[in-house]
Amino acid sequence: MRYLPHTEADIQAMLGAVGVGSIDDLFAQIPGQCRRQRPMDLPPALGEWDLDRHMEHLAAATATAPEYKIFLGAGSYDHHIPETIKQLLRRGEFFTAYTPYQPEVSQGTLQAIYEYQTLVGRLLGMEVANASMYDGASALAEALLMAIRVTKRRRVALSRAVHPHYRQVVETYLRPAGFEIVLLPYGADGRTDLSRLANASDLAAVAVQSPNFFGCVEDLKAVEAATHAQAGTLMITAFSEPLAYGLYQAPGRLGADIVCGEGQSLGIPRSFGGPGVGLFACREAHMRSMPGRLVGQTVDLEGRRGFVLTLSTREQHIRRERATSNICTNQGLCALAAAMYMASLGGSGFRQLARLNYDTAGYLKNALQAAGIALPFSAPTFNEFVVRLPAGSQNRYQQLLARRIVAGLPLVQYFPELSDHYLLCATETSRKQDLNLLVQEVTR
Amino acid sequence: MIGTTGLIFNEPLLWELGAPGREAFSQPAREVPEQPVDPDLTGPGPDFPDLSELEIVRHYTRLSQWNLSVDSVMYPLGSCTMKYNPKTNERQASLPGIASAHPLLPEAMSQGLLRLIFDLEQWLAEITGLAAVSLQPAAGAQGELTGMLIFHAHHASLGRPRTKILIPDTAHGTNPASAALCGFTAVPVRSGPQGILEPQAVADLMDEETAGIMLTNPNTLGLFEANIRQVAEIVHAKGGLVYADGANMNAVLGVVDMSAMGVDVLHLNLHKTFSTPHGGGGPGAGPVCVTAKLAPYLPVPRVVQAGERLAWRSDFPLSVGRLHAFYGNFGILVRAYSYILSLGADLAQVSRLAVLNANYIQAGLKQDYHLPHDRPCMHECVFTDQRQLAHKVSALDIAKRLIDYGFHPPTIYFPLVVSGALMIEPTESETKETLDHFIAAMRAIAREAEQNPELLHQAPHHAKLRRLDEVKAARKPCLMG
Repeated sequence: MRYLPHTEADIQAMLGAVGVGSIDDLFAQIPGQCRRQRPMDLPPALGEWDLDRHMEHLAAATATAPEYKIFLGAGSYDHHIPETIKQLLRRGEFFTAYTPYQPEVSQGTLQAIYEYQTLVGRLLGMEVANASMYDGASALAEALLMAIRVTKRRRVALSRAVHPHYRQVVETYLRPAGFEIVLLPYGADGRTDLSRLANASDLAAVAVQSPNFFGCVEDLKAVEAATHAQAGTLMITAFSEPLAYGLYQAPGRLGADIVCGEGQSLGIPRSFGGPGVGLFACREAHMRSMPGRLVGQTVDLEGRRGFVLTLSTREQHIRRERATSNICTNQGLCALAAAMYMASLGGSGFRQLARLNYDTAGYLKNALQAAGIALPFSAPTFNEFVVRLPAGSQNRYQQLLARRIVAGLPLVQYFPELSDHYLLCATETSRKQDLNLLVQEVTR
Repeated sequence: MIGTTGLIFNEPLLWELGAPGREAFSQPAREVPEQPVDPDLTGPGPDFPDLSELEIVRHYTRLSQWNLSVDSVMYPLGSCTMKYNPKTNERQASLPGIASAHPLLPEAMSQGLLRLIFDLEQWLAEITGLAAVSLQPAAGAQGELTGMLIFHAHHASLGRPRTKILIPDTAHGTNPASAALCGFTAVPVRSGPQGILEPQAVADLMDEETAGIMLTNPNTLGLFEANIRQVAEIVHAKGGLVYADGANMNAVLGVVDMSAMGVDVLHLNLHKTFSTPHGGGGPGAGPVCVTAKLAPYLPVPRVVQAGERLAWRSDFPLSVGRLHAFYGNFGILVRAYSYILSLGADLAQVSRLAVLNANYIQAGLKQDYHLPHDRPCMHECVFTDQRQLAHKVSALDIAKRLIDYGFHPPTIYFPLVVSGALMIEPTESETKETLDHFIAAMRAIAREAEQNPELLHQAPHHAKLRRLDEVKAARKPCLMG
């Protein structure tokens, strides 16, 4: 086996040096009652070329563009990824290193993550960003736990227009310790209805997503006013499509205390939902309550600029059960990809691409409306929007699948009141002829 | 000495480069007209530097050259299993039908991917001896959290929530932090003079307020917890559960049966045992394996066989819920799947050679370094700096000097139960010749510690930077440029 370098002569020489007769002797410390009774029953080993064929066969069953026209977003987005990013990420020096515990020989990762933190902070309009979380969902859960720690309160308000899967993850993280989640409904415009906040008290945080699950951009000024009307309550803004901040105002500039979400759009392939990267940023005042790793700038013995992991007294390996989070390994390589992506676009390119996304989805939205399809929510959107198809739309949806068109995500599975409602997505990768085809097919 | 000095390039920060108007991205052609946008909602866009494509390529190429990595050197970071990351795995994970797959595709359009998940779950169950698996946790620590959520849900479903959890002093730091998230108070258990748990110590602490025990086997001293069966019986007799941290699974593939050991829940680190790249700190994957009794508590959604097809199902009322926006770090699962298929039955040989390599290093260094537990180790060996401290040379100095010899340092000052620990995990990937070089370097350092301790205090001498001022970094944090 090409990954196992030992020759029989190596093994014999090494056993001699150790002073045992066989490899089995090294395992003598394992009692018989802990041992397997039979060898592992695994499929036979495949050589490299047979493995290639096998994997190609598995992958071939997946519906992908261009054979399929897929108008799905909902937290996972199709964007172009420059070849430079794919190739630079593969450099073994990045790929096969670990967490930079030894800064003298990890400056590459450390500087890159410091740059990532900076670009994330600039994107979100925030003062401090960490080195990444697992994904947008756990980032939101950790943000709520952080708000609970900071405020020493046990109740949070969460918009129902937050991605339903993110809400499920929040429940998983908050339920065992008995923290209470107050759900805020969405209004007729597709934005969070904040009226319920007037009666809620003792909230650690109010969390919304913008653009929200329906693609609607929240009125963050109103969210800020309603949140901070209560002394001490933190405003959390989540997101699943950070490209939106190339066009729309960054949440940090509108008063959010914690901004967190999914960064998959930033140069990371969809890969059936992961790995992506959880972006996480907050106000400097709350820096020491933040979960996750942080890279900071310092100097070496000769006064040269360098970078280290810092503020680790917040972390599990020092503080153990009193840590700000249990997170250890995060999504380092995906954070690196996100940094490369933001740097590749630059400020001008990021804005231009965001605008193209907005215009492409806007074109589809207008064309559908002109063809008589109902748009139930009136709030401005980015990349995604909800349509209501005529009653009995499931049949049409299935017919379109047979024609290799995935006409968005049926929302009834998440919102029982939204039967015949679909969440459609278009990005810069969508061709105009495909958008026209979708309009033609759903209205046929 | 393998280490030498080559030409390393200085490279500014991104925003010290570039000029407004440059771009390293090919903007797609515009086919649609501009749409009106609400000026009240729009912002200026992010303040990113503008760079050309070659500036980007050179920037990241130069940065990469400042790292040590498995691809360049032996990286014996104890407890992290820095084995070779096969290149073919990257090819598989980037196939269009995998990398471009949308997670919410209808089941009929993603059967190959569901098959991969289903089969990998079966294989991990077979490898561990446990009955059911969830691949959803995104890293080891999230796997631990899942395990603790299962403990919590199990006791709650019996109507008897519990408040405490036993954690040996050899545990990974993530263990108590994960338990705390579920509201459990960690009760430390001291390991015995042999470096392993003694059943009596567990019996003295285990009661009906205690949810169970979290342990790592082999433990962080690189020793097998030989009393685990008795420990498990004590915990089970009081209605508790046994959690095993599988971070050290690379020692025991094909040897142990976790369910025979009395383990109820185990997490694996695919980025350790199953060769997926560490990526400078993730992404990893932390699948959770459980007994049949605990299967109803696994996270949702789960892949199930539905007639001819595979399907997602979420209607498991006892489930701890969802931990990831989708199904976890699927791209990492693909690499682990590819690794297992590449090895087949040779997977057992992985552990045999990993253990041989660790024992070979242990034998090669015990004349020069203090070995707190002088008996065969598993996949890693733990020395201390006790002898070198006589010359005022610490584990940190030894680690930094090793860099000059062309090796990544081992894990230091962990486990905490040993003062000044040097935890060395060579993995099965390294050849005898590389191990010989490593042993020679460590022995040369032991001699330097006696003859020229200042050389070690000042090390490293050949890295891009000298030692960094971590106190300054923490006292006045500068986290953004």
